[in-house]
Amino acid sequence: MKEFVDGLIANGSFAGMPVEMVYALMMLLFGAIVVFGFALPLVTLTVWVERRVWARMQSRVGPNRVGPQGILQALADGIKNILKEDIIPDAADRRLFAIAPFFVVWGFVATFAVVPFSSHLVIADLNVGLLYITAVTALSVVGVLMAGWASNNKWSLLGGIRSAAQIISYEIPAGLALIPVILLTGTLSMQKIIQAQSWEPWNWFVFHSPFTFIAAQVFFISALAESNRTPFDIPEAESELVAGFATEYSGMRFALFFLAEWGALYVIGAIMTTLFFGGWQIPPVTDNVALQQGLQFGIFFLKSYFWVFVAMWIRATLPRVRVDQLMSLCWKYFVPIGFLNMIGTAVWMVVWPQQRSPARYLMFFLGVVIVVQFFRRVRFHLRRARPEMYYSPAI
Amino acid sequence: MASKGIGRYFQNIKEAVTTIFEGMSVTCSHLVRKPYTIQYPDRVPVRIQDTLPFRYRGILEVDLEICTGCLACERACPIDCIVIEAPKDQKTKEMILKRFDIDIAKCMYCGLCSEVCPTGSIHHTTEFEGADFSLESMIRRFVKAPVAAYKAKKGPETDLLIAPILERGMRYIEEFAEPADMKKIKAEEKTVAA
Repeated sequence: MKEFVDGLIANGSFAGMPVEMVYALMMLLFGAIVVFGFALPLVTLTVWVERRVWARMQSRVGPNRVGPQGILQALADGIKNILKEDIIPDAADRRLFAIAPFFVVWGFVATFAVVPFSSHLVIADLNVGLLYITAVTALSVVGVLMAGWASNNKWSLLGGIRSAAQIISYEIPAGLALIPVILLTGTLSMQKIIQAQSWEPWNWFVFHSPFTFIAAQVFFISALAESNRTPFDIPEAESELVAGFATEYSGMRFALFFLAEWGALYVIGAIMTTLFFGGWQIPPVTDNVALQQGLQFGIFFLKSYFWVFVAMWIRATLPRVRVDQLMSLCWKYFVPIGFLNMIGTAVWMVVWPQQRSPARYLMFFLGVVIVVQFFRRVRFHLRRARPEMYYSPAI
Repeated sequence: MASKGIGRYFQNIKEAVTTIFEGMSVTCSHLVRKPYTIQYPDRVPVRIQDTLPFRYRGILEVDLEICTGCLACERACPIDCIVIEAPKDQKTKEMILKRFDIDIAKCMYCGLCSEVCPTGSIHHTTEFEGADFSLESMIRRFVKAPVAAYKAKKGPETDLLIAPILERGMRYIEEFAEPADMKKIKAEEKTVAA
């Protein structure tokens, strides 16, 4: 994006304005476009998709009344939430209570600054992109803790504290899972990490070595835990904590928490795609820049949405873990595995210094085998239950 | 049985991976199964109200043309959701229906009013969608302008406009659910068992 703005400045479009101001204005403009043109519609879509996918996995139908196939359901819910009264409890800390949701939303919106949608479509290609992402996603813990404390409610406080413990713990395995990729590329920039991969699946970092393969899984699960997703949603456990830190919230502020939660889901998918699944890399099919960018955006969106789908799928499959299970999973399993991945990757790079070792074909083959085995299991379950089949997603 | 120390540790990892793998394959297989949900019946070729039985207990309705103003339904109603005003005209000695309100919000669809009605004027319809925007509009006001109450005639009804309504009302009364014949039912059960 910087080249584009530089081009505009060179053309004299902003004659007489200080260069820094032009940059700041353009940053704000692109930020606003990304948030209102992409993030918000995306969240409404994700809410609807999640409810439909989840329903089908439980042999239900899901929302199918508002608009074609219920696609406007999330929009209707959003409008309803805006119209509802914004209640602030008497005993609450009014100021903190009022601003807490915005911290949570901020933590998710700010990550969009470095998400590389295509080779040119990125607001800011920071040279510390990955570090930036880990830093700003931790901002949401401030909001959640703030909300939990300011509500002056025991459930909320417990939820906030649980969330803080959980997010801070899972920062470590998530960070450790990023390190193999950083070792391989020697950079933190999201664009450079994608450029180090290619469109062929066996050149994706997930298939680089067994260690990166495990790192991808560890990162995904840790990221789910960081964004308070099921099966790690103990901070807002409906059945034990009555929605936790969100208990006292109503109306738009309540909706903001969930906006951030579902938005963070896409950010997880985007990071997964960038680091391990080849990002926007497409085969060299066209020289037309606009078409190329469009294709890159499309492939990036599909790949990251696949991970959003997997998160929904996990939510439909697994029950909530206990607090002690959550902590032991983090400290006894993910942290040692994370260190193992780090050291293993470093050793791997010493033994096979060339970036693209033949092992990647083997790993790719292994991945294919796992997917095939998975679908064989699915077929097995279908054959055993002999259900009535219904393939169409529309209902 | 590696159930202690380091063996247990790796067994835990193996179990977690395999069980999640299996669980995800089960939920994935559900994705292509037909949902069990029976949806609200508004997307069927025939309106569902038209397929319901004649004596289905839906929202109450009154045919004022054949209402005798006997107040039997008002007295029968256990929750007083029916209000009738039917004073006698002093000159003509005729019963004048001034008010016939049924509060659908209160009605519990017991059907006692329609059972005591001598002409089948008050009866349940097959309409069941009663959602509305205010409580006030749930009160059905059947009398728009005061009318004379119906007087039963000796012999068949001669008025061509009223005759079909009365015929329908009488059919409604006659189609009472008959008391169950226990002997017959038991005999049937025996034949089924045998």
